[in-house]
Amino acid sequence: MARSVRIKDHHAESQLFEQRAIVAAVLMVIAMGLVISRLVWLQVVKYDYFADLSQGNRIRIEPIPPNRGLILDRNGLPLATNAPSYQLELTKEQVDDIDATLNGIAEIGLIEKDDIPTIKRDLRGRRSFDAVPIKLQLSEVEVARFAARRHQFPGVEIRPRLTRYYPLAESSVHAIGYVGAISEDDKKRLNMDDYAGTTLTGKNGVEYAYEDQLHGRAGFQQLLVNAQGRSVERIGNEAANLERKEPVAGNDLFLTIDMRVQQAAEEALRGQRASAVAIDPANGDIIAFVSTPAFDPNLFARGLTRPEYLALTEDPNRPMYDRVIRGVYPPGSTVKPMMAMAALEYGVVTPAESVFCRGAYRMPGVSRPWRDWKAGGHGHVDMRKAIATSCDVYFYDIANQMGVDRIHDYLAQFGMGAITGIDIPGEKIGLLPSTAWKKKAFRRKEAQMWFPGDTISIGIGQGYMNATPLQLAHATATIAGRGQRFKPRLVRAVRNVTTGKVTELKPSPLPSPHVDDPAAWDVAIGGMYDVANAPYGTARGATANALYKIAGKSGTAQVFTVAANEKMRKPGELAEHLRDHALFIAFAPADAPRIAVAVVVENAPAGGSGFAAPIARRILDTYLLTPEQLAEQDAKRKPAPPPPPAPRPGETE
Amino acid sequence: MSLDAIDSSRTQRTLTGTAQLLLALHLDGPLFIALCMVGAVGSIVLFSASGSSLDMLEAQLMRFALGLIAMIMLAQVPPRIIRNTAPVAYVIGLIMLLLVMFTGDIAMGAQRWLDLGFVRFQPSELMKLAVPLACAWFLHERPLPPSLTSLLVLALGIGIPTLLIAEQPDLGTSLLVAAGGGMVVLMAGLQFRYILSVIGLLVPVAVVAWHFLLHDYQKQRVLTFLDPQSDPLGSGYHIIQSQIAIGSGGVFGKGYLNGSQAQLEFLPERSTDFIFAVVGEEWGLIGLVTVILLFMFVIGRALYLSATAHDTFSRLASGSLALTFCVYVFVNTGMVTGLLPVVGVPLPFVSYGGTAMVTLMAGFGILMSLCAKRKLVSR
Repeated sequence: MARSVRIKDHHAESQLFEQRAIVAAVLMVIAMGLVISRLVWLQVVKYDYFADLSQGNRIRIEPIPPNRGLILDRNGLPLATNAPSYQLELTKEQVDDIDATLNGIAEIGLIEKDDIPTIKRDLRGRRSFDAVPIKLQLSEVEVARFAARRHQFPGVEIRPRLTRYYPLAESSVHAIGYVGAISEDDKKRLNMDDYAGTTLTGKNGVEYAYEDQLHGRAGFQQLLVNAQGRSVERIGNEAANLERKEPVAGNDLFLTIDMRVQQAAEEALRGQRASAVAIDPANGDIIAFVSTPAFDPNLFARGLTRPEYLALTEDPNRPMYDRVIRGVYPPGSTVKPMMAMAALEYGVVTPAESVFCRGAYRMPGVSRPWRDWKAGGHGHVDMRKAIATSCDVYFYDIANQMGVDRIHDYLAQFGMGAITGIDIPGEKIGLLPSTAWKKKAFRRKEAQMWFPGDTISIGIGQGYMNATPLQLAHATATIAGRGQRFKPRLVRAVRNVTTGKVTELKPSPLPSPHVDDPAAWDVAIGGMYDVANAPYGTARGATANALYKIAGKSGTAQVFTVAANEKMRKPGELAEHLRDHALFIAFAPADAPRIAVAVVVENAPAGGSGFAAPIARRILDTYLLTPEQLAEQDAKRKPAPPPPPAPRPGETE
Repeated sequence: MSLDAIDSSRTQRTLTGTAQLLLALHLDGPLFIALCMVGAVGSIVLFSASGSSLDMLEAQLMRFALGLIAMIMLAQVPPRIIRNTAPVAYVIGLIMLLLVMFTGDIAMGAQRWLDLGFVRFQPSELMKLAVPLACAWFLHERPLPPSLTSLLVLALGIGIPTLLIAEQPDLGTSLLVAAGGGMVVLMAGLQFRYILSVIGLLVPVAVVAWHFLLHDYQKQRVLTFLDPQSDPLGSGYHIIQSQIAIGSGGVFGKGYLNGSQAQLEFLPERSTDFIFAVVGEEWGLIGLVTVILLFMFVIGRALYLSATAHDTFSRLASGSLALTFCVYVFVNTGMVTGLLPVVGVPLPFVSYGGTAMVTLMAGFGILMSLCAKRKLVSR
């Protein structure tokens, strides 16, 4: 019905349209009236305010970089802090001629002429009103020199900033790492929104690995600046409504490192190319982490000049090189306790079974003998005594019986041949050889073949085998913990600076090595105990009179292979860089271990027990004794310091 | 004296001749002249806003010329053909929108372009014209005001392309397409009770859109509009800087090429979406009101022309085109002055950028064809 009524009425429709058009026109006028009244508000009523903003004064948004979290040792001693410093900053829009300005600053000696292209590249990526740092950490002399000529460089200003400061300079630098200016590569990795105003970022070690914890989040503040770019307080009569958002400071990190032990170890290793690591077997905490020589990380926070950088990278002792996680050395005899456990696991020998050592090992059909380090041999040795006297023949024999692949499979369970998973980047995996490895490693068919002789060298930690000091310390801690294994770690806890809340990080356990009979641990640990305590132990000199019982194992890694028919020479007769590396692993107290340590000294003046063991002893003493006990012991020793036992001719245990 | 007489009569003859030419080409004289004036003002402003770039000015003038040609050519097409083409154009546009969705090129983070091999083309621009024309076509033989069923069909016909474009994502264009269709419905005499209920519906729709349809950056724009200081380093920066530019222009402006906000690059997108602020800074309130009055004249004249058109289709289509233009102007000036959130709508004929200008000129060509033809025939 309704439908039939609704026919098209052209006249009515035309009128309807006209009405609507009038309404639309009115609405248009209202809308445009709104815009015009808004314009009157902006341009007439608030004219003074906006005119000041645009002509004399402008609001500039300045990022406020967050305070970087501190790095503290396990007891709260600050290792990386923030210190005020002055830096030179350039604001593009206020500089007429950037080339002339930079050249002028180079002429007064504040920047290097060679660095100008780099600075210009950095400037290109920034907004015209951003203040871009062109020189960090000005000295007082430099501040004064610039201040005197400041009028020559409009748009360039000295600003106070917080920079990274490492109060102990070189100490534990390889663990902490360092910060440096943000590079192009860093920009790809970082969320640059949070780095507005930040000049430094972690480059290595804990500073790099925990960047997201340490950095925090940027805030901003609005600043009123006049035409010269100087900050001013007010706009005309009207105080501007300036916003400020506070930055969120980064979290503080508590390291596992104990600076008392760390510095004792550094002192003991001074002057050597060496490394030492100490681990708590109960949780994987790294108590000391030393690689010498070291370098001053403060240089990087300030920005290195080219000569400084070259001096660091071209130093033959390679101070930048982190020997703890990147140095790979043949483990030598330190591998013997693990080798013994492997032999027990595969049943090739029993602990009580004794081998007669004549001073050399011969394989059927091979004329070349494998010599023991002791020319006359050790006579009858069982497994424990073989470890204690470091009898090579015993281990040549059991290695030969096991074969390389079984050795590989067992030692891998101690973390050899793989990264330990420490919480800083750059770890080397070392080399735990196997037949499969050799096939892949060599191109020539003949070289790919595994010879039984290769295995015999592996038995005493030589040949193809090598490991990082961290791997050795990790394996030692595993033995000390009777199989309990943890990822080594440098950071123990994180403190939220705002709330003050400290969050302890949980240790990360790793699978234990398999043992058929837990008594195998007693044999390995017993052998190591005898090294330090039995009358025939190789390290008894270094461990004498300790207030607690030590278990250890010395090792000497050959750098220079002595031909089989040649008399072994005294270490002193070889060129320094061809001398053997001295190694020592230890843990203590032997019955309830609290610390496991590995020391590696490159091209040492004496062998493992002679040179590395006293250093390990020093580390153990510092950790396990009270400062008073330590002082007392030192006082006793002073009148007649026991000289490191002179290495007997040919000792390479 | 005699010279003067000759001169004035020559002027008169030239004027009469021009008027006759315009009439013969079915062009509306006042509208045509106003559009040319807007184009001229736009070019002058653009030269300053582009940092005195002759290349950009030349490109803009070329586009204006192209637009003029499109306008003149479309004005020659008989209304009947325009009417019958409308639904076809709509269907083609819809198909292309779907194609863009699946195969389109991505430029500046948004999927808007369709590569036809020889030319890259934005189907959403076609829809700005096709949607209102198709709506007018749909209603032209039905009794008005439209029935509920018709309204539902129209709602779908407008809603689908709008959503497709909004998802590209191009909020500004989708708004204009929706406005184009919506204006047809409003001009067709949609009862006020419907209008009120639609406004009532908008609230829940807005809630749904906020949670499910809007992209993060679109939400951010709305949030920033409500509180520009919340994001002073990001999108709030646009609004703050554009208000400083306009406000500091005062009544008389800082003078051509002298706007410090614009010339020192404090004002972002100064040659495109925010060019209105450049006018404000350099020409002051006087310049802005002049520009607005010019735009109002164009809109008013177009509305007047559509009211004089003789059939429903022509009235609805041209009325919608006139009002869509009004939406353009209002949304752009509103966003630049901080009245509305920042949606990417350019200031017609002034902002640098090609496609929109040509589409607009084409729209005016169609409007002139629809409204001028009848007069000629009836005479």
